[in-house]
Amino acid sequence: MAPVPAQPEAPPGATPEPGRVVLDARDIARALTRISHEILERNKGAGDLVLLGIPSRGVPLAERIAERIASVEGYDVPTGSLDVTMYRDDLRLKPARALLHTEIPEEGIDGRTVVLVDDVLFSGRTIRAALDALNDLGRPRAVRLAVLVDRGHRELPIRADFVGKNLPTSLVERVKVTLAGIDDVDAVTIHGEPGAPAGERP
Amino acid sequence: MKRHLLSAADLSRDDAELVLQTAAELRSLADRPIKKLPALRGRTVVNLFFEDSTRTRISFEAAAKRLSADVINFSAKGSSLSKGESLKDTALTLEAMGADAVVVRHGASGAPHRLAHSGWVRSSVVNAGDGTHEHPTQALLDAFTLSRHLGRGKAGSLDGRRVAIVGDVLHSRVARSNALLLATLGAEVTLVAPPTLLPVGVDTWPVETSYDLDAVIPKADAVMMLRVQRERMNGGFFPTPREYSRRYGLDGRRMATLQEHTIVMHPGPMVRGMEISADVADSDRSVIVEQVTNGVAVRMAVLYLLLGGAQPGGEE
Amino acid sequence: MSTSSYLVQNAAVLGGEPTDLLLRDGVVAEVGTGLAADGAEVVDATGLVALPGLVDLHTHLREPGREDAETVESGTQAAALGGFTAVHAMANTEPVADTAGVVEQVWRLGREAGHCDVYPVGAVTVGLQGERLAELGAMADSAARVRVFSDDGKCVSDAVLMRRALEYVKAFDGVVAQHAQEPRLTEGAQMNEGELSGRLGLTGWPAVAEEAVIARDCLLAEHVGSRLHVCHVSTAGSVQIVREAKARGVDVTAEACPHHLILTDELAATYDPIYKVNPPLRTRADVEALRAGLADGTIDIVATDHAPHPHEDKDCEWAAAAFGMLGLETALSIVQETMVDAGLLDWAGVAERMSYAPARIGRVADHGQPLEVGAPANVVLYDPSVRRTVDPARSASLSRNTPYRGMELPGRVVATFLRGRPTVLAGALV
Repeated sequence: MAPVPAQPEAPPGATPEPGRVVLDARDIARALTRISHEILERNKGAGDLVLLGIPSRGVPLAERIAERIASVEGYDVPTGSLDVTMYRDDLRLKPARALLHTEIPEEGIDGRTVVLVDDVLFSGRTIRAALDALNDLGRPRAVRLAVLVDRGHRELPIRADFVGKNLPTSLVERVKVTLAGIDDVDAVTIHGEPGAPAGERP
Repeated sequence: MKRHLLSAADLSRDDAELVLQTAAELRSLADRPIKKLPALRGRTVVNLFFEDSTRTRISFEAAAKRLSADVINFSAKGSSLSKGESLKDTALTLEAMGADAVVVRHGASGAPHRLAHSGWVRSSVVNAGDGTHEHPTQALLDAFTLSRHLGRGKAGSLDGRRVAIVGDVLHSRVARSNALLLATLGAEVTLVAPPTLLPVGVDTWPVETSYDLDAVIPKADAVMMLRVQRERMNGGFFPTPREYSRRYGLDGRRMATLQEHTIVMHPGPMVRGMEISADVADSDRSVIVEQVTNGVAVRMAVLYLLLGGAQPGGEE
Repeated sequence: MSTSSYLVQNAAVLGGEPTDLLLRDGVVAEVGTGLAADGAEVVDATGLVALPGLVDLHTHLREPGREDAETVESGTQAAALGGFTAVHAMANTEPVADTAGVVEQVWRLGREAGHCDVYPVGAVTVGLQGERLAELGAMADSAARVRVFSDDGKCVSDAVLMRRALEYVKAFDGVVAQHAQEPRLTEGAQMNEGELSGRLGLTGWPAVAEEAVIARDCLLAEHVGSRLHVCHVSTAGSVQIVREAKARGVDVTAEACPHHLILTDELAATYDPIYKVNPPLRTRADVEALRAGLADGTIDIVATDHAPHPHEDKDCEWAAAAFGMLGLETALSIVQETMVDAGLLDWAGVAERMSYAPARIGRVADHGQPLEVGAPANVVLYDPSVRRTVDPARSASLSRNTPYRGMELPGRVVATFLRGRPTVLAGALV
């Protein structure tokens, strides 16, 4: 794998600010492999699993986990995406946002174990929205949560079942995940000087 | 997006593509067990119809309800033109009810514009068809339908696609909105009509015009037939319905000259045997029923984008 | 009539050198410089232009019938504030002014109000129905001495009826003032027909609907040797038709309205019916042609077509709204803005277009005379140097449908004298 430059994708209109790399491509790959094994262990195999990534970056993460499970178990776990935009509790605080893609695997979610996959777990509000969205889609046997990074600062009683890395942060810092496919490279970086706005994924 | 949707001209290409993309996501809702999303919970949408149009009203009603909005249907037939309750008084009533959006159908061109800009109401106004002016959500659903069948690339681009709009352009709000929107989306629109049914100044529109249906349709990727309203038939715009039908109707013979992939559209309600023959309307090329399905998704997208976030012009 | 005399000092008569005017016993008693007050009340007119009292050939006073929109009292107050000393009250009242009884009632109401002279216009046809002639002679012979006949609001579209009317009024030196609008070409029409009407979905009102009738009427007037007056000319084509008819010697006169000299059809894009008027606002090219026609005399006069409407008739959707706009209190300012300040007309020209000529066409002997010794003391003092923002709430009219709301216009009427008696002083009604 190529060495990882500490050059995250710049937000539009801003000058790229170099962040501190906390996970490089190799670290991310290892973390996803570990999560995949933990999911299998916990679920006692891949049967009845459904992986749902939360767009944007939860989706490629879910797909990578599915690849790893397939290579271990020889079984393709149904994988999809779940947009939570309309279920967000801050919907009314910003102009209407474009919807992201929802794709529920043909098998559906009823009676299955759904693993929600997201890149960063922060306030927990996105996951709350995802649980509500799932509720309108069917009745899973169980719902688990896998995240690449848990940065703390929860505002709701929500925790992850599978965590790539626990990352203590301050509220003024921003955690940025880039993934090849959407972005140039795989990396998790921390940005933020004092006074910068708090994390971008509340 | 602007705060109101009064004309297809209010939509930039980015706006229009956002609506279509949002509609594409929302269309799958119809396949889900619970056909409901919470985005407009607590919002009130009023359907204010001064003209009968059951199909448009139920389409908006379904769209609003699937987004969890409260829907009030206000049928005000017998508008101020016929000395009923005035548009203004109706608007003030709606304002008092706390409407967040007013979906208005009115026989007078510009009535939604008046509603939006006269200070009578604070809500968003969606034009559901005004006089002989515009019907922007119909154009959006037509564009959506076109994009699903003819769109190129992931985004379903209509760039360079040829659309013939045939019939009473002069009195058609559907034609006006489609001409504007489809041109915005990069399609090449040709209006086909007898000269008496093309508006003065159509040469300034972003479209081609033709009097000759047979010359246009073999090159078209889509043919959109417009309804000929009964009251026009005796208005002296053409000699007889039979002659109109012969020169500007889409029948089996003409359908045979279409390209393989060409689709046939109609905003409804159809006058079978007049502008479109029954065998064409019921053929495989016809996407007329699908237009209705798509109408709900497109109207959901419009309502969501107007009302789902912070109210433009409000907090933002 | 007047109980006192007024010495107007240093007025620029028709924009000329400062001159004093002594108004006494209802006439201009002396004209000169350094005139002695001699007990007269002094009005300092330094910096003001003195014009003969304005005459409007086209006013809707709405009484009888629509006193909620305007009365003879309120309408003539607005007229006085606009510098008018005489107005012609159009016949489309309820009941229609198609009998001696109605025209005498309007005439009498005008005399009682006393703010300006009111000359009733008689309807050409019974009930404005365009079917048979009203008793034109009876109206001419009545106390109101009607000389102008018009179905204004409606067109005398029947060619035979128009011919007969043109012929018949010759017996008492009357004139038919035609509202030129071909009815079939304007069914349901809402605004000028053009690219914009097509885009806005408002039924178009083609220029040809006006021009065809004007052309026909000029030919009819020529054929029967009658005089013809054309109301509110609004298109470049109409100007050209009138110009050519005049060149041929046809006895035709024409009027332009202030709003057609300044506003264009683009305002319809607001869908605000405050801009809905008959004939409709036209294009920039038409506006330019009207100004040129008014400057070269093709268009003889400016007439206001002051058309008051109650608020609810304009506070609605375009198609449901009434046609018409206020005009009396802003006419002189619009003419200054569009003609005088534009260098197309001097103040003598304004006097011709807004006083002498309309009085001549209406056969009004007591108005429209030069401010010379012995002339009736009908005078307006106007300050062209100030600018004001139009506030509908300050109008004397009972209605508020001015399209100039919030617009800044030049000039202000400071004083109006009717037969030596002030109806307006210091810009306010006396």
